Amino acid sequence: MVPLERWTPGDDVVAVQRAPSPSAAGGAYRAFGATLKGLKTTLARYVEGPQTIQYPEEKTPVFPRFRGRHKLHRFEDTGLEKCVGCSLCAAACPADCIRVVAAENTPENRVSAGERYAAVYEINLSRCIFCGYCEIACPFDAITMGHDYEMSDYNRSDLIFTKEMLLAEPLDRTPLRTADE
Amino acid sequence: MTTVAVVGYYEPWWIQLLKALVIFGVVFQLVPVALLAERKLLGRFQHRYGPNRVGPFGALQPVADIGKLLFKQQFRPRTSIGWLFAIAPAISMLTAVATIAIIPFSNTVDIFGTQVGLYGVDPSIGILFAFAFGAIAFYGLMLGGWASGSKYSFLGAMRSAAQLISYEVAQGLSLVGVIMMTGSLSLTQIVEAQEDLAFIVPQFVGFVIFLVAGFAETNRPPFDLPEADAELVGGYNTEYGGGRFAAYFAAEYLNIVVVSLLAVTLFLGGWNLPFVDPPTWVDPIVVLAKMLFFVFLFIWVRATLPRLRYDQLMSLGWKIFLPLATLNALVTAILVVVF
Repeated sequence: MVPLERWTPGDDVVAVQRAPSPSAAGGAYRAFGATLKGLKTTLARYVEGPQTIQYPEEKTPVFPRFRGRHKLHRFEDTGLEKCVGCSLCAAACPADCIRVVAAENTPENRVSAGERYAAVYEINLSRCIFCGYCEIACPFDAITMGHDYEMSDYNRSDLIFTKEMLLAEPLDRTPLRTADE
Repeated sequence: MTTVAVVGYYEPWWIQLLKALVIFGVVFQLVPVALLAERKLLGRFQHRYGPNRVGPFGALQPVADIGKLLFKQQFRPRTSIGWLFAIAPAISMLTAVATIAIIPFSNTVDIFGTQVGLYGVDPSIGILFAFAFGAIAFYGLMLGGWASGSKYSFLGAMRSAAQLISYEVAQGLSLVGVIMMTGSLSLTQIVEAQEDLAFIVPQFVGFVIFLVAGFAETNRPPFDLPEADAELVGGYNTEYGGGRFAAYFAAEYLNIVVVSLLAVTLFLGGWNLPFVDPPTWVDPIVVLAKMLFFVFLFIWVRATLPRLRYDQLMSLGWKIFLPLATLNALVTAILVVVF
């Protein structure tokens, strides 16, 4: 029987230097020290105290540019709606979640400042991706992204926000970050 | 008024009954406390609050937990062995409770003219009683896992068997030093021997071994291999639910309390306090306060250490602790004889 030749590594093999593995006693000693170190670490975490934000009661303030639920606006002096029903927001919307049906303003029924107004303005918030393109597309700043992000509901159909809901003053539920925060 | 405890002194039957009820009542109430403390403290160790919604400061969380478990359906796999499956959690509970009987909370006191020892019993075999029930405790896990008829449970049961056996030896040997220094197995006499100096100082090695082995005995992290939620989905208690699971759960926390009480009794001087000599009625409070420190330690370690690998567990038990405990016993024996 030919004895197996001892394998010698070639030039392309890099030998890895390993520290000697500790003996059982040495390993136990090291483990003991490491355990104490670990205990110190966790106790330091304890001393630091909880970092939790108790969400429904406490909220993290959002940044001013945070894109939350949409708002429709009126002119403050006349009370007329800014939206003129041009549907540019609906055209810009990548999720196709805005539906605008325009109607003519009449002298008896004047809703907006322009020629036409949005008779139907609906945003399906279950589809909306909160990209803010509608806000950019709007030539009259009639639609902006608000700061509200608590929109969960029990029904999909309840997430289709109508014009009245979007025009209404939103409940001030979201704290806003100040500039220096 | 304190008199020296007489080993093997038995009170009238009604006092024994009353003591049993009181001690069981008090210690059993510590289970939900330990449960809540664990969840709260684990939270704090992880920058969290822990449960704080149920009741004031989450104080009713254990009640909610246990209530939920008790109202669940009892389920057992078709492959299980029914009666063993049912009694296994009871064995776990029973052995945990039985050990409490020998923990002394104070010396013999005079209550309305009757000598009452503030402990369940003070048998002359003392600490061997605890080991006897510790050994039976493993049947609770073993039978539970085996009778479940499930592979995960079986693996967990096998692990717990190997673990408990290997750590019981080291634990027993770690106490030999204490027993030699006292010259008695009785727990009250062990406590009395620590009046001047708690055994944690001269028997520090024994204390460390006892504590680590205690972690292994109670299946607490880092020695929770029988449970090993990650690999064994709960190990021996995989198939358990409802009240039976609650029994295992309670037994685990009772075991923490018991091991803490044993550590207090054997190494921290039981009801003795250094430098001060409080009145007798303070003694049980001292014992419980010291115990709470150990419960905290158990939780602290759980928050710190990851689970050991199985071979690490075995080599730690047999290669380190067993020789170390033997050496400790040997050195103590020599010193006791020399001095």
